[in-house]
Amino acid sequence: MSNKSTIITPLINDQKSTPSVWLRRFAKITAFSTLLLIFAGGLVTSTGSGLSVPDWPNTYGQFMFTFPWSDMIGGILYEHTHRMLATVVGFLMLVLAFWLWSKESRQWLKRLGWIALAVVIAQGILGGITVLTYLPLGVSMAHGILAQTFFCMTIAIAYFLSREWTEREAKIEHEQNQSLFKWSLVVTGLIYLQLILGALMRHSDSGLAILDFPLVDGRVIPSFGVALESINDRLWLLGLDEITMSQIIIHFLHRVSAVAVSIGIIGLFIKVLQFYRDHKKLLLPAVLLFVLLVGQITLAAFVIWSFRNPVITTFHVWVGALMLGSASFLSLRCYGLLYLIRTEHS
Amino acid sequence: MNSKTLRKVSLFALVYFSMSFLFAGGTITGTVKYEGKVPPMKALKMATDPICDGKHKDAPARMEWLVVGDNGELKNAFVWIKEGADNYPAPEEHAVLDQNGCIYSPHVLGVQVGQVVDILNTDGTLHNVHAMPKLNSEFNIAMPKFKKKKEVTFTKQETMFPIKCDVHPWMKCYVAVVNHPFFDVTGEDGNFKISGLPAGKYTLEVWHEKLGTKSVSVTVADGATETVDFTLTRPEKKK
Repeated sequence: MSNKSTIITPLINDQKSTPSVWLRRFAKITAFSTLLLIFAGGLVTSTGSGLSVPDWPNTYGQFMFTFPWSDMIGGILYEHTHRMLATVVGFLMLVLAFWLWSKESRQWLKRLGWIALAVVIAQGILGGITVLTYLPLGVSMAHGILAQTFFCMTIAIAYFLSREWTEREAKIEHEQNQSLFKWSLVVTGLIYLQLILGALMRHSDSGLAILDFPLVDGRVIPSFGVALESINDRLWLLGLDEITMSQIIIHFLHRVSAVAVSIGIIGLFIKVLQFYRDHKKLLLPAVLLFVLLVGQITLAAFVIWSFRNPVITTFHVWVGALMLGSASFLSLRCYGLLYLIRTEHS
Repeated sequence: MNSKTLRKVSLFALVYFSMSFLFAGGTITGTVKYEGKVPPMKALKMATDPICDGKHKDAPARMEWLVVGDNGELKNAFVWIKEGADNYPAPEEHAVLDQNGCIYSPHVLGVQVGQVVDILNTDGTLHNVHAMPKLNSEFNIAMPKFKKKKEVTFTKQETMFPIKCDVHPWMKCYVAVVNHPFFDVTGEDGNFKISGLPAGKYTLEVWHEKLGTKSVSVTVADGATETVDFTLTRPEKKK
C-alpha cells in the first residue's frame, strides 16, 4: 500500500489580481462601518426604540436626512441614527460593488460584491418591513441575523482584496492544517448559531427570563418549574412582565450554546498556541478571539446583574459580532495560508 | 288655563315624574381593594427627553402599575358590565387621552365602540402613539410636536389593550372598548359607580393590569343601588 498525497487547492479560481490600495481601503472601511452599524442597531432593540419612528422610509413625514437634530429625542435618537448609518453603509456597499465590477478581474469576487449589495438592500427592506408590521418576531430576527451575515461578507471581500490573499506564495505546511481549518469553521458556525439564539432571545423578550448569573435560580441545571415561580416573583416586585416557561428555555439554550462556543474557542486557541505559535497571522486572530470570549462572558454577567442595562446589552451584541467577524477572518486566513493536504491510500 | 285643565296637567306631571323615578335605572357602586405586598412605585427616568424631564422638576413622576391607598384602595381598576347589557350607540361626546408631562392621562381609559377618542399632545414634544389591540387594528401614529390632536375610533369591543410610546419607553396606558356605557375606572379612593342600568341580572367584572380579572353576578332593580366590593390579590402563578 502506498500513500499518495493530494493537494487540496482552493476552490476559487484565483486569477492574478492587483487591486488598488484605495479599493482595499474602501473595502475595509465598509466592513468597519458595518460593525458600527451593528452597534447602532443593537442599541435600538436594547432601548425598545424599534417603533419610535412609526413611518418608513421617512421620519415623521420628513426626508430622513433633513429631519432636525433638535427632534432626535428619546427612542428617535437611536432609531433614526440607526437608519442614517444604514443608508451610509448601503451606499458604501453600492460603491464597492460597482468598483469591483469595473476594476476587479476575478469574476467570482465581482459576483460576491453584487450578492453583498443584494443582501444589504434586502436588509434595508427588512428593516422597513419590521417597522411597518410592528416588529414581528421572525422579521426582527431575520433583520438581526442578516446584519451579521452581511458583516461576514464585507470581511470576506476585504480579505480577498488584500495583499495577503492576492500575493500569497509560500503556504504553511503542517499536519494539523486540516484540523485547524475545520476547527475554525466549526467555531464560526457555533458563534453564528449562538447569534441566532441571541436574536431569538432578544426578540422574544427572554433576556430577563433568568435573573442570576452564572447560575440559574441558584443552580447549574435548574428545576425549571421552580425557577419559573421564583423568577416571576422577583419580576412582579419590579413591575416587569412575568415570563413563561418557553422564555426560560430560550434563555437557557443561549447559555448552553455559550458553553459550546467557549469550548470551541478554547480548543481552537490551544491548537494555535500548540502548533502555530510562530505564525503571527494565525496566532493574533486566535488570541483576539480568546480575549473577546472572556470579555463576552463578563458582559453577559453584567447584562443580567444590571437588569439588562441598554448600553451593556448592546456591547454584548456588538462583541458577539466581533467574535463572528474574528472567527470568519481566522477561517479565511486558514483557507488562504494553510497548505491543505489530504492523504490517499492506494 | 282653567282649573280642570290645570288638574289634568298636574296629574300628568306627577305620573310622568313618578314613572321617571321608577325607571331611572339601577346603580352598582363599590370599592376595589388590593391585598398583598405593595412594591414601591419607582420614579420614572425621563432624562432622554429634556422637555419631559423639565416637566417633573419638583417631583418625579412615578410608575402606575400598582397604586394602592393606605387602606388597600386600588386605583386604575376598570370595572364594567361584561354580560347582560345591550349594545348602545356611541355617544357624541369624545373621549380624551392626553399626553401630558410625558405620561398618558388617564392611565386606564374606557370608551364605547365607535366613540371618537381625541389623543392630545399637550407636551409639545414628539410622541408616537402605538396601540396594540388584538381585535381592533393595531396602529402606530406619529405625533410631532405641532400635531396637537389626533382622532381615532375603535370598532370592536375589546378589553384591555395597551397603548404605548416608543419614543418615551416609560409611557404606557390601557384602553377598554365596550359596546355600552356601563363602566368606570377607580380613582385614588378605589371607588367605582355604574349608573343607569336597566333592571336585570349582570356579570360585573373588574380588571387590573397586574392583578388580572374577577367577576361576580349582580341583580339590579330599577332605581336601586347595589354595592359590590372587590378584593384583588396577585394572580395565580404562570406555568
